[in-house]
Amino acid sequence: MNWFERLLGKKEKSGATAKQRLQMVLIHDRADVSPGLLEQIKDDIIEVIAKRLEINPDTVVVNLDNTTKESRLVAEIPLLQNGRRRAAVQ
Amino acid sequence: MSGKVITVTSGKGGVGKTTVTANIATALAMMGKKVVAIDADIGLRNLDVVMGLENRIVYDLVDVIEGRCRLRQAMIKDKRQPDLYLIPAAQTRDKMAVSPSDMILVCDELRQEMDYIIVDSPAGIERGFRNAVAPADHVLIVTNPEVSAVRDADRIIGLLEAEEKGPGRLIINRLKPDMVARGDMLSIDDVLDILAVELIGVIPEDESILVSSNRGTPVAMSGSNGSSASQAFRNVAQRIEGQTVPFVDLTPKTGLLSRLNNWFSKS
Repeated sequence: MNWFERLLGKKEKSGATAKQRLQMVLIHDRADVSPGLLEQIKDDIIEVIAKRLEINPDTVVVNLDNTTKESRLVAEIPLLQNGRRRAAVQ
Repeated sequence: MSGKVITVTSGKGGVGKTTVTANIATALAMMGKKVVAIDADIGLRNLDVVMGLENRIVYDLVDVIEGRCRLRQAMIKDKRQPDLYLIPAAQTRDKMAVSPSDMILVCDELRQEMDYIIVDSPAGIERGFRNAVAPADHVLIVTNPEVSAVRDADRIIGLLEAEEKGPGRLIINRLKPDMVARGDMLSIDDVLDILAVELIGVIPEDESILVSSNRGTPVAMSGSNGSSASQAFRNVAQRIEGQTVPFVDLTPKTGLLSRLNNWFSKS
């Protein structure tokens, strides 16, 4: 968006929206991984990790990324803070 | 002589494959090349009407493949261009009447006497697409600057790589420069960013294309005094011939506001 449209409080242009939507859909198309499959993988990962570590399932993010030549699965799994405190007590 | 087979495909229907095929074939013929266009869309014949040759069909591609006529008999000679021919699709059969190896055989025979064999692929990614791509030396992918067409083009690029026919070169058809300038259409750079293939042509949206298909006279035939689309098609033909032709500047004339915009975005 340019300065003038921001001044008028306009919405993002549809061309830019189109590009973003395309980039998202192509990440899934190219890897042949549907958003539904990604959800299942996420649930499986949570199950495995939660056996050993304390995590909050709501904060886990699993995404496909193909900013580079290859597509990769990126999982972000924040650990609960009290894990560290408990380690200190022991 | 060993002619080149160029297949025009897109995945999505309605993006302008047939128009692109007719015009590139015409433009190459106008450059003095011997050209035959093949309609590989069996059952949905259309290249004949776009080229204005529908009244002269006797035999078609399936007749050749099934041995009912010689190849030469199915080639309709365009009376306006001395070295332009069309092999029409069969209208009452389906895609299963042709196999990829049939297409390779037909094209190999045509290579002997033609400079270019331009194959118009049907939409889709099934048998018809594989038939059209099997004989190709080069593939042109036609897309429009919109989400669904670019998505399908991406799929086609992947399939071409799998068939070792890739990566193909891209034609962006029906670009509206004023909409791009307003930010309401994917730009050439947006599409190239996403698809990462070589660009061989940009065809602006142009009413003269519909007028010419109404008449059955491809716009490329209108010569140097033709429309912007006509020029764009002739540029594609020159690039196919290996010439370096700059892309026509399609940015609309700038008014005060857009100049202000440019000034602010630069600073």
